Amino acid sequence: MLKESTHNFSVAIRRQILEMVYTAKASHIGGALSMTDLLAVIYNDILNIDPRNASDPARDRFLLSKGHAVTGLYATLGLKGFFLLDDLKTYAMDGSLYLSHTSHKINGVEISAGSLGHALPVATGLAIAAKRKKESWKTYCLVSDGELNEGSNWEAILFAPQQKLDNLVLIIDYNKIQSLGFVKDVIDLDPLTSKFTAFNWDVFEIDGHNHSQIYDTFIQCKESNGKPKVVIAHTVKGKGVDFMENKILWHYKSPNLDELNIAINNLK
Amino acid sequence: MRTAFIQQLINEAQTNEKIFLLVGDLGFSVVEPFATQFPDRYLNVGIAEQNMAGIAAGLAMEGYCVYIYSIGNFPTLRCMEQIRYDICYHDLNVKIVAVGGGYAYGSLGPSHHATEELGMLRTIPNLVVCTPGDPKEAKAITTFCSNYNGPCYLRLGKAGEPLVHMDEDLPPFQLGDILQVVEGAQTAVLSVGATLKYVTDFVTENEIKASVYSFPFIKPINKQMLTALLKKYKKIITIEEHQASGGFGSVILEYINDLIESNDIEIGPIVKRIAIKDKFYSISGSQQYLRNLAGIVLKKEDFI
Repeated sequence: MLKESTHNFSVAIRRQILEMVYTAKASHIGGALSMTDLLAVIYNDILNIDPRNASDPARDRFLLSKGHAVTGLYATLGLKGFFLLDDLKTYAMDGSLYLSHTSHKINGVEISAGSLGHALPVATGLAIAAKRKKESWKTYCLVSDGELNEGSNWEAILFAPQQKLDNLVLIIDYNKIQSLGFVKDVIDLDPLTSKFTAFNWDVFEIDGHNHSQIYDTFIQCKESNGKPKVVIAHTVKGKGVDFMENKILWHYKSPNLDELNIAINNLK
Repeated sequence: MRTAFIQQLINEAQTNEKIFLLVGDLGFSVVEPFATQFPDRYLNVGIAEQNMAGIAAGLAMEGYCVYIYSIGNFPTLRCMEQIRYDICYHDLNVKIVAVGGGYAYGSLGPSHHATEELGMLRTIPNLVVCTPGDPKEAKAITTFCSNYNGPCYLRLGKAGEPLVHMDEDLPPFQLGDILQVVEGAQTAVLSVGATLKYVTDFVTENEIKASVYSFPFIKPINKQMLTALLKKYKKIITIEEHQASGGFGSVILEYINDLIESNDIEIGPIVKRIAIKDKFYSISGSQQYLRNLAGIVLKKEDFI
């Protein structure tokens, strides 16, 4: 069952994201907030991981492919105790290991990402390794919607069903906005569900902010049915802060102090 | 060379259970014995090299020593960013193998001429760049790569290259080794990859008293060995089936400059670089035909 703590965990992640982006005057807050509920459920309720033994060979692997939304992942890992939350005060500062893209030098981060379309092929390799070694851990890979423009993702999407990688779960943070515009106006992904069905994936289409729906879906994704799983999570860019929601501007902008305070009061 | 490679890879895989071979739907009549003997450590990932390089990174993260195998530009230029970021930045145990280095697939045209990849790959941190000169060197380098924990690039010729080293087996390679193949004086020819046989034949048949060296590694190169070599000769000729820009000749010039700057040598030898002069060749021809066309040939007057 979904833990009661998951809701508060998601609020804490959002608050941490806002503070990091404000302090660093960095970008990509919208895409971090859109995937926050997914991260909250995945890290609080789904993954078999231990912050004190982050390289346990039996752990589940979570790969964030949209590395620019790193504040979401660092906030999640910091709150889970993979490192001191205080360390995040150095985020994106001179000399900090906390780059503004994911870094595998940080405890709990499986892969560095920043160039889009890289993590899914690597996740596919992890899933093959688990199969070949007959190990039961799962590989989760979270990509953005805009990132599905990259051909390398489609090489892996075409390939994974051939190998019956039912231990691979692809999560799409479908917030409908990419760098320069709305996804439907740049390269429309729809119909996305039938694309994946046609490619022989097991497809789940969910509200990416509904915690119990996210939880139930990932429990179903643990099934061994010979098919890789894709969770198309409909999300809102900037979710949780009303003036950031569904705005291209907040792909880039960092809040000033007033905006930060309003945003934090906005969280619930 | 590719036959020597796959035979040695099979030998290594018999004792090293971590070796895994990925192929990009190429390697007909080459990779089948490996696939038959080690089905659990073999996979044809199809014609998708970016995915292949990413999968290799994932497998290597889980402890495998992963070879990826395809022709020329496909496992290299086609997935250069995956090599740089997924494999080399994460410093993973992946070996990138390209068959058909240089003009080995001459008549197939520029799509199959692997003539720029050394210059690109040698700029990538953590990557060892290997250029064996004959099947014996290909065998030894396969053993080296299988035992080296980190990313390597391995440029092979194709099938049927003649032997240059006639000894039973070469001693095991150390990282950066240089091999002297012919002993001479005044001039030394430094060769990378499959031009080695041509070079040794040229100096022998023309009774030129020059030395010939093979460089099975162009990155890194053993500094002591290279310093000693540079002190011994008045003239160096580098030869490679690669663009002059950024290739093996450039490597040697950079070393000479840096060794002078660091006072390891007083003065450098004169260097003649034999390489492709910033050109594509859209004409059908054998490897030798294209070498001649591109001017990858030695002349007697080049020697002191």
